[in-house]
Amino acid sequence: MDDLMTFLAMGGYGVYVWPAYGLTALAFVGMLGWTVVTLKARRREEQGLAAAGRIRRGRREAES
Amino acid sequence: MTTARIPLLHRYANPAVFGRLASQVLPWTTGAAILLLALGLYFALFSSPPDYQQGNSVRIMYVHVPAAIMSEVVYGMMAAAAAAGIIWKHALADLFVKAAAPLGAAFTFICLVAGSLWGKPMWGAWWVWDARLTSELILFFLYLGYLALVDAFDDPQRGLKAGAILVLVGVVDLPIIKFSVDWWNTLHQPASLMTMAGPKVDPSMLLPLILMIGGFTAFFITVVMLRLESELLARRIRAWRTAAGDE
Repeated sequence: MDDLMTFLAMGGYGVYVWPAYGLTALAFVGMLGWTVVTLKARRREEQGLAAAGRIRRGRREAES
Repeated sequence: MTTARIPLLHRYANPAVFGRLASQVLPWTTGAAILLLALGLYFALFSSPPDYQQGNSVRIMYVHVPAAIMSEVVYGMMAAAAAAGIIWKHALADLFVKAAAPLGAAFTFICLVAGSLWGKPMWGAWWVWDARLTSELILFFLYLGYLALVDAFDDPQRGLKAGAILVLVGVVDLPIIKFSVDWWNTLHQPASLMTMAGPKVDPSMLLPLILMIGGFTAFFITVVMLRLESELLARRIRAWRTAAGDE
């Protein structure tokens, strides 16, 4: 337990070190999470359109 | 860029080819990101020594420096892609710029805040208007400016074009950031990794730093490929909706 407290204290710099790592972790989770949620929503929307018959001649021709 | 590489670039500009490439590359970059970040964090927080002057505050370096490097590298890639989009009408280039911009902005934000958290105990100030800090702050505003501009048009294609021009104009900030510590007297320390005489960082600190830089890079490649796929899907969906007269 004392070891943990020593580690967390970071020689008195814990109050600066941990927010820096915490913010980095948050930013990484935010970047990945936002990207994946948006991507999944768009994949669903694409499949929905396909099911509704909007895409009759396949993806390649729909793009051009 | 040599002319011989252009056909290859155009091959990967094809969205279908990109999709295949992405599905092959993504598992590797994801694995590399997890492994490098886990190892990097272990060495950064546990298995590297405190600095003889800065004590444990030096551990902020292992997120601050990789974020700073990514903030510049991502912008450089965006500028290259913006140029490719304008010169060769590269099909994916403009979308890459849009996909990368929020990530570059996030890295710049990490760099600024972690730097501030390091500056307070070491310099006695959260912020100083020295050339390095100010030019990095301008980079953050360039990212925000791009993000505001790219979505400000009814026609997404015009937003991408306007954004690409902004990115190209802003590229002048990159050498200013890089050389600010040489050109002006800054409170920020000069380069210690990319010097003519090689890195001036002790191996015990260089290892976690390199692992974290690798981890940040692999993370960026993974997420930017997912975002590019997402942008392609959005464009396809928009095309269908327009064709169907929904808008």
